[in-house]
Amino acid sequence: MICQECKQRPATMHFTKIINGEKTEFHLCEQCAKEHGDMFMFYENDDFSLNNLLAGLLNFQTPMKEMTTNTFSGPDILQCETCKMTYHQFTQIGRFGCSDCYRTFARYLPPILKRLHSGNTTHSGKIPKRKGGVLHLRKQIFVLKQKLQELVAREEFEKAAEVRDQIRSLEYQLRQRGEGEM
Amino acid sequence: MSFEKFFNTAVSSWMSQEGPDSDIVLSSRIRLARNIVDFRFPTVFSSEEAQQIVSLFEQTFAHRSYHSVGRFELLKMSELQPIEKRVLVEKHLISPHLAEDSPFGACLLSENEEVSIMINEEDHIRIQCLFPGLQLTEALEAANELDDWIEEHVNYAFDEKLGYLTSCPTNVGTGMRASVMMHLPALVLTQQINRIIPAINQLGLVVRGTYGEGSEALGNIFQISNQITLGKSEEDIVEDLQSIVKQLIAQERMAREALVKTLNIKLEDRVFRSYGILANCRMIESKEAAQCLSDVRLGIDLGYIKNISRNILNELMILTQPGFLQQYAGGALRPEERDVRRAALIRERLKMEERKNMEGDE
Repeated sequence: MICQECKQRPATMHFTKIINGEKTEFHLCEQCAKEHGDMFMFYENDDFSLNNLLAGLLNFQTPMKEMTTNTFSGPDILQCETCKMTYHQFTQIGRFGCSDCYRTFARYLPPILKRLHSGNTTHSGKIPKRKGGVLHLRKQIFVLKQKLQELVAREEFEKAAEVRDQIRSLEYQLRQRGEGEM
Repeated sequence: MSFEKFFNTAVSSWMSQEGPDSDIVLSSRIRLARNIVDFRFPTVFSSEEAQQIVSLFEQTFAHRSYHSVGRFELLKMSELQPIEKRVLVEKHLISPHLAEDSPFGACLLSENEEVSIMINEEDHIRIQCLFPGLQLTEALEAANELDDWIEEHVNYAFDEKLGYLTSCPTNVGTGMRASVMMHLPALVLTQQINRIIPAINQLGLVVRGTYGEGSEALGNIFQISNQITLGKSEEDIVEDLQSIVKQLIAQERMAREALVKTLNIKLEDRVFRSYGILANCRMIESKEAAQCLSDVRLGIDLGYIKNISRNILNELMILTQPGFLQQYAGGALRPEERDVRRAALIRERLKMEERKNMEGDE
């Protein structure tokens, strides 16, 4: 097989890229693969790590052109006030500096999270007891509302009415708690 | 329990006890990543912040008991010898990252070694529960209880939409990694594994060799874990993993039956040759040892070999790693010396089984 990039040397590196189920195959020679370094993080075996892989993934964010022409544009200069980490640093090391980074970089996170978590951007698991109360209620209401829609779609109206009443009572509790806390 | 005992009693409960489906599933593990509000993450925090966190744990949790897991001891990475740290890594009680790259790292270890809470690793807190056999639900329950216990004393970094906030975006949400260690010699021997791994990957799970590097799975031991942590509840993640594991168990059992039918005496021959090597070798590399141990364990499961306890694979895979061998030898060893020690340790362990059987016969 001949390298698909230079069409001269034999292809010795074979990659399969799968993004959202879409499969693309690459057959490259060593040299062209090296030039594609960013795309094929696997190449540099010495420091192959999740870290690099992730940083590579995050770097996909910024189109290559933008990065080379003007490093100080766009999200790169965004800096977290608490830990002083910049968005650029984050994309380099693939780790946040503190919990506030999530808020600071919030605008740029959804595509990254989607890519890492099969399209998901919202937590639906455990809630710490301390946050408890109000948050638990809101979560329950959210889940019940989804259930309500499903039931209506399936025309199971009796069950749907039950769920609706549950939601109402939870919303009542939520209002009371809210007022209590204020 | 004394500090010494952690290291001298080499075998943890998850290695020596049997759990459900433990002919194929060696262990189940749940890990929860948590961070404390108002402290920067370990990637960038100051040494003062790090020390504050360690002392919080030292004062609040060390020497305290928690239900069935027993008392907790706090081990500070800075106070351990390199070989001691290595031994903890080889027992899966701490991560290589904590041992090597976390100067302010510490670990709260339970008496029975089922629970280890890593402090100042990549996240401030990593709760890990390790159970023998297929016991994901049980391990999750235990981890949740410990999580609540810790939360009585600290404020977790949590976001209503994103869940538990972690240092790495791959862990955000539940912060949970559920994993199962499986011995799949028949799927490897029949090469079905090559077909199965990509299929599992597509389902959002990760498969890798537990020992050895890259794709190679030493001793035919594979670790299967969840990839995503956001958008699914802990229970759903565990349930999905469990259902895949159950299918794998069924496939492995079928492949074993097929092997017995088609190979029969050839398979028995392979098992006993491997046994012969382990029982008589004077030098053995880890790769060969792992393959032979896997064969012998398969032989035990299939009933070819009787009177040897099953957990010999789990135990010896761990005890024949470099850290343990050096601890056993009482000092550093060159690779060649390790091979000699490894052979001696395996022979010794097999003799122990023989002695046990002789006593049983009398």
